[in-house]
Amino acid sequence: MKKVFPIFAVLTAGLLSYALYQALVAAPTEQTMGDVQRIFYYHVPSAWTAFLLFSINFVASVWYLIRRNTAADIVALVTAEVGVVFCTVVLVTGPLWARPVWGIWWTWDIRLTSTLVLWLIYVSYLLLRRFSTSGQTPVLAAALAVFGALDVPLVYFSIWFFRTQHPQPVIGGGGSIDPRMLHVLLINWLAFLCFAFLVCWSRYRLERLQRDVEETQALEALLDPRSSVR
Amino acid sequence: MKFLYAAYAATWLIHITYLLTVARRYARLKREIQDLKRDLR
Repeated sequence: MKKVFPIFAVLTAGLLSYALYQALVAAPTEQTMGDVQRIFYYHVPSAWTAFLLFSINFVASVWYLIRRNTAADIVALVTAEVGVVFCTVVLVTGPLWARPVWGIWWTWDIRLTSTLVLWLIYVSYLLLRRFSTSGQTPVLAAALAVFGALDVPLVYFSIWFFRTQHPQPVIGGGGSIDPRMLHVLLINWLAFLCFAFLVCWSRYRLERLQRDVEETQALEALLDPRSSVR
Repeated sequence: MKFLYAAYAATWLIHITYLLTVARRYARLKREIQDLKRDLR
């Protein structure tokens, strides 16, 4: 496993560089918006990756509530954390794309507002996990994650069911996209998926190690009463 | 073009900032492990 990680990291870095080249140079320029449309190749894959991570968080949280499995709890924590990072990218690149195209940074329509609410739900999930000292924190967090995940389909399908400022979906839902643009979009998504997997993997190992250390510290304190006085 | 470059730069700035916080947590944990090993000796 120790050898696989650096090899995968190098491959991911190569794929991200190739995807960046494809997005900035190889992809055709969109006729109406011009070069600013290339934000699409970072904005959309980041959103899809965030949705996927929050969905994994939902499955892991349900699994934890049923089985009280530590690995599921760690997976839930890690996917929420990395999902929030990707969701932050979506919320930052969105306004940077909207300003030159719509003439405004932000509008309170359903797609944008539900995405912001999704981000706030998972930030509160992480704050709960970070600052709550109760022994029931993982259970409370898992319950919050289950309800929080309800917002994911709302964000995704909002542009199908409501009239919004946000463009209609380009894949499915009656939208269309140039095949070369679709190719670049999928390469970028693959690159971000590999990157997200790599980050989740390192974060999972770190969290496991952290819990082992905390367990050892607690045992040490029990065996040596003087250490708890320090 | 400035909005395009700003979006790409912001994306990597967010990811790198997060990776730095993970690296900082890892360094702190390594120090804790060394302290623990010293205490247990």
